[in-house]
Amino acid sequence: MLMYIARRLALAVVTCVAISVLTFIIIRLPPGDFVDAYIANLASTGSNITADQAQAMRVEYGLDRPVYIQYTLWISRVVGGDFGVSMMWRRPVTEVIGDRLWLTMIVSLSALFLTWIIALPIGIYSAVRQYSIGDYFFTMVGFIGLAIPNFLLALILMYLGFRYLGLSVGGLFSAEYAQAPWSFAKAWDLFKHIPLPACVLALAGTAHQIRIMRANLLDELRKPYVITARAKGIPERRVIMKYPVRAALNPFASSIAYVFPYLVSGSIIVSLVLGLPTVGPLLLQALVAQDMFLAGTIVLLLGVMTVVGTLISDLLLMWIEPRLRLTGHS
Amino acid sequence: MSGSLADERLAEAGQLRLTWWRFKRHKLAVISLFIVILFYTIAIFADFLATADPHATDARRSYMPPQGIHLFDENGFNPHVYGLKGQRDMKTFKMVYVPDPSRKLQVEFFVKGYEYDLFGFIPTTRHLFGVVGGTPVDGVFLLGTDQLGRDLYSRLVVATRISLSIGLASVTISLILGVLLGGLSGLYGGIIDTIIQRVIEVIRSIPTIPLWMGVAAALPNTWTVIQVYFAITLIISLIGWTELARVVRGRFLALREEDFVIAAELAGAGQMRIMLRHMLPSFTSHIIAAVSLALPAMIISETSLSFLGLGLRPPAISWGILLQDAQNVQVLAGAPWLLLAAVPVVLVILAFNFLGDGLRDAADPYG
Repeated sequence: MLMYIARRLALAVVTCVAISVLTFIIIRLPPGDFVDAYIANLASTGSNITADQAQAMRVEYGLDRPVYIQYTLWISRVVGGDFGVSMMWRRPVTEVIGDRLWLTMIVSLSALFLTWIIALPIGIYSAVRQYSIGDYFFTMVGFIGLAIPNFLLALILMYLGFRYLGLSVGGLFSAEYAQAPWSFAKAWDLFKHIPLPACVLALAGTAHQIRIMRANLLDELRKPYVITARAKGIPERRVIMKYPVRAALNPFASSIAYVFPYLVSGSIIVSLVLGLPTVGPLLLQALVAQDMFLAGTIVLLLGVMTVVGTLISDLLLMWIEPRLRLTGHS
Repeated sequence: MSGSLADERLAEAGQLRLTWWRFKRHKLAVISLFIVILFYTIAIFADFLATADPHATDARRSYMPPQGIHLFDENGFNPHVYGLKGQRDMKTFKMVYVPDPSRKLQVEFFVKGYEYDLFGFIPTTRHLFGVVGGTPVDGVFLLGTDQLGRDLYSRLVVATRISLSIGLASVTISLILGVLLGGLSGLYGGIIDTIIQRVIEVIRSIPTIPLWMGVAAALPNTWTVIQVYFAITLIISLIGWTELARVVRGRFLALREEDFVIAAELAGAGQMRIMLRHMLPSFTSHIIAAVSLALPAMIISETSLSFLGLGLRPPAISWGILLQDAQNVQVLAGAPWLLLAAVPVVLVILAFNFLGDGLRDAADPYG
């Protein structure tokens, strides 16, 4: 078991390093360096800096050194909590991002819980009542869920809400709470706004999870131990819920590792359509304005938080899955 | 047919025939196959099917609603549309177009229109259908027009070309990467397998859209449409190969212990020959199924990136670029037909999913 935990931890660290390298590449991709962009930015507002000052900045940020040293300098700053300054906002990147990162995670996690809450009972129902009308219905809904990209779904819902209900769907807060400091009332307001984006995000993943749960449970239901249990006269409900469902739960639960990055990814684009104050719109603005420290930090933090989220879910899985706990692998 | 005759046919049939028989049982997959073929046909004949130049702007026909074709008039079958008359709504100051029954525009087949190259090398001006006569503003706007007065139907038809081909191109690169790395992984095992599997795990645990956005945004503004097209193709496929590699590896692992592989080895066949001549053919159908399941994801990726304004850029026309116009609720309230660009996206993705499902079931006809 310790081996397993060590392996997961090592993999998470490797992934984080890979993400940081990718982020660094992204920051460095646009032509010119950070100082060039900074000078251009200053020039557009009318102020200038001299060539000497520019050179001093390059030395300060280590831009005159080889790439791998630049990376080391950058990553040591990042680990120390210094993510650089956003050129667009002229404030430290962490200040600009503020609550947005947490809101992104809250939206993604809500979508994840919703996925589970919906997919689990429907998956069980579809397997137990295979080829019933309900099974066909959910299969249909599932396929449509897979086929509509979530940003399109958001767009359609927004249009319908506007056209037929006269509502402006979107946002995570009511107007009076948007700028307010955190309070219980604001949290409650957030809670009331979460369901729509969570549903939009969850649909495709739910469809996928229903298929997985259904297929797993169907495999289990055909096994001899289920027949034995029936032959012994155990009530049908217990026969299904007590053994096959628990066995089918493992592949279902372990797929969370792939669902979570997918949800975080989806939340970026859905946020843009629905106008959610997550990091999504900020990332797009930063990329368009080539504010690379801001953009890079967002990509990095999103990646790392996703990895940590996945790691936690893996460890939780180990806790509920005895086979994994005892042998070290599933 | 008697039972023994059916058995005989079953025994004689080759793998391809068996696969086809199995595939035919999945009705939705068969329908989807036809839809996919239809869409690729549309892509090939896009300009021929278009009724108006997809790039031609005209401020006088901004946001025209979809126009129905009337098939009959008092003289029997005589397809026509009515010319549209623009009026300004004096309350909202918006242009409102109403049909003008006094101006009947004939719809005919094989009419002359804008010039294009059929299949890329036959210059022609013929189009499947269009209106004859009328002012330059007139036309048949089956799905309405956008803000700049461009015909949405023609743009959708032409967009099919880029949106479908970018999927194919990305999936091809992904396939090469997937077969190569998956094959290496499954065949050699050991340290190579471990490394490749870890790399796949790392890639899969990174949220893709922010990463794509970052790379796509760094493409220089000066690049041509073609350069951006290939760059986007590459970006999409570099992340999409992992699932294909997983499938290929799984098959290689399963086949490695099979008798016919050991037999080939004992007969002295080289490693490469065993891989390509003996193992690969026995799971091509699995690969085809995996490819058709990977394609919709690629199409969604392109659409999402272009929708964000980070993918292909105008004047390129793709479904994502068309949907970009429909981003805003205020615009949609006035011109809801712009959302129609979503219909082919959903149809194609659905069709590929069913097709892939059917192919996967049919891939193992002996099972």
